[in-house]
Amino acid sequence: MSEAFAAVARDAVPDRVEGPWREFWRAYAQSRGAMLGLGLTIALILIAIFAGVIAPHPPYEQYREFTLTPPAWQAGGRAQFILGTDPVGRDILSRLIYGTRLSLLIGLISVALSLSLGIVLGLLAGYVRGWVQTTIMRLMDVMLALPSLLLAIAVVAILGPGLINAMYAIAIVLLPHYVRLTRAAVIAEVRKEYVQSSKIAGAGAMRLMFSTILPNCVAPLIVQATLGFSSAILDAAALGFLGLGAQPPTPEWGSMLADALEFIQRASWVVTFPGLAILVTVLAFNLMGDGLRDALDPKLKR
Amino acid sequence: MFAFILRRAALIVPTFIGVTLLAFALIHLIPGDPVENLSGERGMDPARRERLLHEFGLDRALPLQYAEYIAQVVKGDLGTSLTTHEPVLSEFLTLFPATIELALFAMVLAVALGLPAGILAALKRNTVADYAVMGVSLTGYSMPIFWWALLLILFFSVQLGWTPVSGRIAVEYDVPAATGFMLVDTLRTGDWDAFRSALSHLILPSIALGTIPLAVIARMTRSAMLEVLREDYVRTARAKGLPRWQVILIHALRNALIPVITVIGLQVGLLLSGAILTETIFSWPGVGNWLIHGVQSRDYPVVQGGILLIATIVISVNLIVDLLYGVVNPRIRHA
Repeated sequence: MSEAFAAVARDAVPDRVEGPWREFWRAYAQSRGAMLGLGLTIALILIAIFAGVIAPHPPYEQYREFTLTPPAWQAGGRAQFILGTDPVGRDILSRLIYGTRLSLLIGLISVALSLSLGIVLGLLAGYVRGWVQTTIMRLMDVMLALPSLLLAIAVVAILGPGLINAMYAIAIVLLPHYVRLTRAAVIAEVRKEYVQSSKIAGAGAMRLMFSTILPNCVAPLIVQATLGFSSAILDAAALGFLGLGAQPPTPEWGSMLADALEFIQRASWVVTFPGLAILVTVLAFNLMGDGLRDALDPKLKR
Repeated sequence: MFAFILRRAALIVPTFIGVTLLAFALIHLIPGDPVENLSGERGMDPARRERLLHEFGLDRALPLQYAEYIAQVVKGDLGTSLTTHEPVLSEFLTLFPATIELALFAMVLAVALGLPAGILAALKRNTVADYAVMGVSLTGYSMPIFWWALLLILFFSVQLGWTPVSGRIAVEYDVPAATGFMLVDTLRTGDWDAFRSALSHLILPSIALGTIPLAVIARMTRSAMLEVLREDYVRTARAKGLPRWQVILIHALRNALIPVITVIGLQVGLLLSGAILTETIFSWPGVGNWLIHGVQSRDYPVVQGGILLIATIVISVNLIVDLLYGVVNPRIRHA
């Protein structure tokens, strides 16, 4: 009897309290989709880092005698060009591998730019309030009134086409989301006791904003940043496709598609694989973002 | 009710002013001034440049120029295209029906497939059907639609030869443009072959454009239905012994539709964004295609006017959705 009682008591008290990281990981790992997204993302990052080692050919090398070679498994394909070659004889697989580097870099740079500016503006709007808030938020409303691709096109029309300008354009497009999110989180946090007590303890505005409030608003920002990666990659590819982003011969997936457009009827592989690369990458970040949201959202936590 | 409408409508005024500022800034932020862009490669002698700057009013103070710009916009004068020398507004209005036709068709497709798919996924939660719907919709949501459009062309036009590759109607038909909507115009002439041709040109672009809204609607319907199915009144309806379809369609769906309708309204921006890509690929003669040509040929009046008009449409539609939402849901109206 007492033994059974002791066993129940032992089970009721965990050996040690789970840390926040473990708790988060357990919630995240529950979703198969989220794990698939994470796995794909890690694979893509590795491909990007080791592009020079993995790619069978240099991305700009034109094998003039092998233009428009079909993929290896099709009639007329060659083992040395697994996914075939493009109209000027460049190896498609190698260009896709180097393109991973570009796409992830575009995502990283535009999200980092947008996120840091968005956090600063959002903190200001939420903490200072008054006309500062009104000005910032009205500006964000204007940016949200334009469909995202249209805003990106407007920015590129001003700055001129190119990869770097496309990144700026995408950073601007993503900005309102981070500003709104940070502001909302700040307004929710600022009333709480821990903020009030550190204010009474004499903490300055900078300290309050960046080291007291900000760390407590991080969860939704992480989710939004992950989803921002996927829209950045998608929009960059769309701009590249429209000839407003990366310019040929850069092995960017969107501009690879645009380059190959006229050969679509003769050689479908020049179009199929770059698009597939975009889809898989965007899907990976979306799956990860969904998983992060479910794992970090306290409302859904059991 | 009237006060609610006024309050909501007043909110969009600052946004609209902001959009005009953005459109105005566009011309002033581009490298080189419009006169320089007109002069081309050879350049222009300074005296003529001065005269042209004066003629365009570009030598005056910026606030004054902005005020003049607004005065012109209010009068409906959005400038003249540098390439076609046509007024920007009338070009836009001629091409806009083509975009609406495409967007409407895409939306009908997205709603007709997205709603049932979302309902099915919610009712069969955690089954193969649910996973299939959610998997497909997540893929659709992540789809680069310019690539998706190419795949559709490759399969249905090139391989099977079922649908035309591009354009709005086959060249042999000469349909007088009465409404600008090709389906309506062909029906008015009573030419069935022309109607069929117009319809077959519309199918692939609509699928391409409707895919992302379809995915969004399916996801939203599923989560709204799941939420509603947990409610007490649904349980009560079931307990009363009502037939299952009646509980689902009348008690659950009607309430689940409120957030779904909002989401549908908010797809307008997405549709216009998507139209830019879809129209480019299918050579669809709409405003998206026109705008991209404007950007590529540095036709700044077109870019400026196009952005202003599209933003105005998106703002207005969002306002209408907002107002309808208030009409449907009194809690919003009286908040």
